[in-house]
Amino acid sequence: MQRQVALIKQSLFDQGYLDEQFMELEELQDDANPNFVEEVSALYFKDSARLINNIDQALERGSFDFNRLDNYMHQFKGSSTSIGASKVKTECTKFREYCRAGNAEGCLRTFHQLKKEHSTLRKKLEHYFQLARQAGPKETARRPK
Amino acid sequence: MTREELPNLAESKLTALVVDDNFVNQSIHQKLLARLGIQNDVVCNGKEAVDAHCSGRNYDLILMDMDMPIMNGIQATKRLREMGIESKIAGVTTRANEGEKKEFMEAGLNDFQEKPLTISKLLSILHKLDFYVQT
Repeated sequence: MQRQVALIKQSLFDQGYLDEQFMELEELQDDANPNFVEEVSALYFKDSARLINNIDQALERGSFDFNRLDNYMHQFKGSSTSIGASKVKTECTKFREYCRAGNAEGCLRTFHQLKKEHSTLRKKLEHYFQLARQAGPKETARRPK
Repeated sequence: MTREELPNLAESKLTALVVDDNFVNQSIHQKLLARLGIQNDVVCNGKEAVDAHCSGRNYDLILMDMDMPIMNGIQATKRLREMGIESKIAGVTTRANEGEKKEFMEAGLNDFQEKPLTISKLLSILHKLDFYVQT
């Protein structure tokens, strides 16, 4: 089962969902906090759901306050960077570029894609953590090849 | 650096304050500090950092985010220096263009690191600020 967990993790990196920062977080896990990464991920998804909701509401109002949208997305990008959510981070960057360009359609399109990536990552990580818990602790964290 | 090679600075009794409005970053920064044996507290913005010092708390190291509500990192750093706080302050932010970095440094920082913070970056801060000597 450890091998299955390792393969799933490898695929998350290979498919670009996660980057090196996720490994940095796994290196911080110890006996005192064996589920640290899962806990931080849960925090991330709770916080990012709030930001998504704020942005959704701002976009639904119709009048694009690009400064406010950019501020929300700055926070979102910050969190995404901190946990290694690579694809989400990329969409955050694109959204911010559209904000700076005052491109409402670009913002809407990118936000739609961002929500897709976010939802996909959430499901994949939930599955990964569930399997990791079932598999039990491993001896050392290993970087994917 | 492997887990076994990380220095344990618990004997040095260093203390640190994490100043960041983002819960994900708070959690990560606190864990990084704890991993090195550094006791730490956390506040959510610059005003809380200033208030903590006004209430008599003091820290060897402050990890200061830049963008925060109520009082941002630049304002808080300036205020702390005006109050005579001599703690080492390291700016930790995603904003890294030269102009923003310069403004933050000129507020009174001792060091600056771009987020995301990692063990290597934290050790770099500690080394530069003379809290840790690499052997």
